[in-house]
Amino acid sequence: MSIHRRQISRRTMLAGAAALGLTGTSAACGGSDDDSGESGGPVKLTYWSWAPNMEKVAAIWNKKNPDITVTVSKQGSGAEILTKVITAKKAGNAPDLIQAEYQSLPTLVSNDVLADISKYVGDAKSDFAENLWDMVTLGTDAVYGVPQDSGPLMFYYREDLFKKHGLTVPKTWTEFAETARAARKALPDAYLTTFSSSDPGLFAGLTQQAGAKWWTVDSGGKWTVGIDDAASRKVAEFWGGLVQEGVLDNQPMYTPAWNNALNKGTHIAWVSAVWAPGVLVSSAPDTEGKWRMAPLPQWKAGENVTGSWGGSSTGVSTDSDHAEAAAKFAHWINTDPEALAALVKEVGIYPAATKGQSGDVLTTPAFFPNQKDFYTTAAEIAATTATAAWGPNVQTAYTAFNDGFGKAAKAKKEAQFTSALSTMQSKTFDDMKKQGFEVTEA
Amino acid sequence: MTPLTLTADATGKPARARRTAWVPTLVLIIGSLYCLVPVAWVVIAATKNRSELFSTFTFAPGTGLFDNLSELTAYRDGIYWQWMANSVFYAGFGALLSAAVSAAGGYALGRFAFRGREFIFKVLLAGVLVPSVVLAVPQYLLLSKTGMADSYWSMLLPSILSPYGVYLVRIYAAASVPAELMEAARMDGASEWRIFSRIAVPMMMPGLITVFLFQFVGIWNNFLLPYVMLADDEKFPITLGLYTLLAQGASQPALYTLVITGCLLAILPLIALFLVIQRFWSLDLLSGSIKA
Repeated sequence: MSIHRRQISRRTMLAGAAALGLTGTSAACGGSDDDSGESGGPVKLTYWSWAPNMEKVAAIWNKKNPDITVTVSKQGSGAEILTKVITAKKAGNAPDLIQAEYQSLPTLVSNDVLADISKYVGDAKSDFAENLWDMVTLGTDAVYGVPQDSGPLMFYYREDLFKKHGLTVPKTWTEFAETARAARKALPDAYLTTFSSSDPGLFAGLTQQAGAKWWTVDSGGKWTVGIDDAASRKVAEFWGGLVQEGVLDNQPMYTPAWNNALNKGTHIAWVSAVWAPGVLVSSAPDTEGKWRMAPLPQWKAGENVTGSWGGSSTGVSTDSDHAEAAAKFAHWINTDPEALAALVKEVGIYPAATKGQSGDVLTTPAFFPNQKDFYTTAAEIAATTATAAWGPNVQTAYTAFNDGFGKAAKAKKEAQFTSALSTMQSKTFDDMKKQGFEVTEA
Repeated sequence: MTPLTLTADATGKPARARRTAWVPTLVLIIGSLYCLVPVAWVVIAATKNRSELFSTFTFAPGTGLFDNLSELTAYRDGIYWQWMANSVFYAGFGALLSAAVSAAGGYALGRFAFRGREFIFKVLLAGVLVPSVVLAVPQYLLLSKTGMADSYWSMLLPSILSPYGVYLVRIYAAASVPAELMEAARMDGASEWRIFSRIAVPMMMPGLITVFLFQFVGIWNNFLLPYVMLADDEKFPITLGLYTLLAQGASQPALYTLVITGCLLAILPLIALFLVIQRFWSLDLLSGSIKA
């Protein structure tokens, strides 16, 4: 915890926060939490989440725990909920429970939004893979959330078109490049896939696979920004090279045009995460049963690593008067078999809890009737996920990504991809310095 | 028009031979297309189902309108209609209060001479120049202090005072409520309240309706204020509610069909309001000030 306290104490606005929230185990804070948690009487908790149908899962809890009622309030996703919750915290209105993306955790912690709940949920550690648990502890003894879902990266492709045109499913990135070229030749109107300059999360996941650690912090609280390291550079050069060569599309994802490309088969593959079936259902409704999932291509043949894209955790806010009750709910919703089943069925997430990833809860996705072992394969891939290293200003880095890579993708110049990466590095570094963190560049 | 016809007559040509002014006509046609095509898009897109939405021809009607409507109604036990009701409440009640405050304020500023009048008026004018967007966050922090954030009040209070509305009513009152009439009423023994409510307000009605409409549309379309103020999605207005349907995170598909259908339904009350109120709201606003 000292690592956080030190950098934050430099920020005048949050000076008090460091003493209270971030050192969560301090007697004063812990004591008051206990009191309110055990004071009896019905407790009302609010839970901000953007996931659809989350209220149905909360309803199961409410039925079983009449003394702790959880009300779900649906908010905008990722970045929106982040700014909103930080503003609410400043005004003292933060909800009790917050759905927080893994990459937002350091930001939320350094803004003193998330409480340390290690004394309530510490024993949940064994329920999760190590890489996921590390993301909610930020490498400290504290616990800032309970992992909810994860998004290990995978390779999705149109099985029918691959077969028809004799394309090979790439096992390495070299093969991926060859398949991209071959696909362009076989289907002149189509691309293998696109490089999306509006999805920094995907790019970050790809660099994690290559071994990048964008943010690291030592025990003295000194941060190192390594966005422009050799591994990330390799990834940027690879994708930039293929875009420049003209064998990959350069259009962003999650646009109507992109939906159309997937639906019409002018994009015949998609590097995505385990939750892709849910997106394909609505983006490419005409292609049901035509897709297949394979492990992400590797940098070295025989290796077995993947990165992750997305995923979130359930955290308890420092504003909550009922931290213990809230932590209890966070623990329940992410580890209880009935809750996990409801999360899979109603919310459509891929649970982070190891026991949620196997068993009969996860049935074959309806969109992939041709791949009966979808989730068995997915669990094997999930086990190979590299640990992501997030920092306190991911949003700054992501904005720099959108700017820099947006221009690079438009220009289709490989050199601009790598220069965009160094701009991203310097902007992130400068921002952290400005915010008062002790920071060096890798 | 008239002078043009006269010149045409003077040159001996028949008046109807006057040539169509192609350039202005074309500009106007392009302008109206620019405004109407997006509306047409929304109307047509609302009839498409998920697979038709991005694959069929843009302006070819789809087959899914009723499915979309029932899906929208079914979404989270009909929360869409709750949002609709909230929007009607915020916009209707907020605009009504705002029109009332503007009427009183504008009338006082326009028809009474008192010390500090010009100062108050200049402060109001300065208020007109400050976009309400920049006030959203300070208002949030203020209302949080009083414990009213995330309540219906947090949406109503900031919309009650509209500097532009007061400004408009002041100008309108000065132009449309003759001082002689007020004087006569006073002579007859009417109280100031009676003069205001029975004489001034009816005379200012077109101006007040304008203020009401402006505020109604402004609140109805407002996104940032509810976005900042409200946390409980049962209290969301329609703008914010539809937004949460779009922003569900990368791993969840955006509910385009529901959002588009929802947008279509959300503009219907505005259209209805304009059609109903139009009869009270002719160009009297402008002509009134000219007459005076």
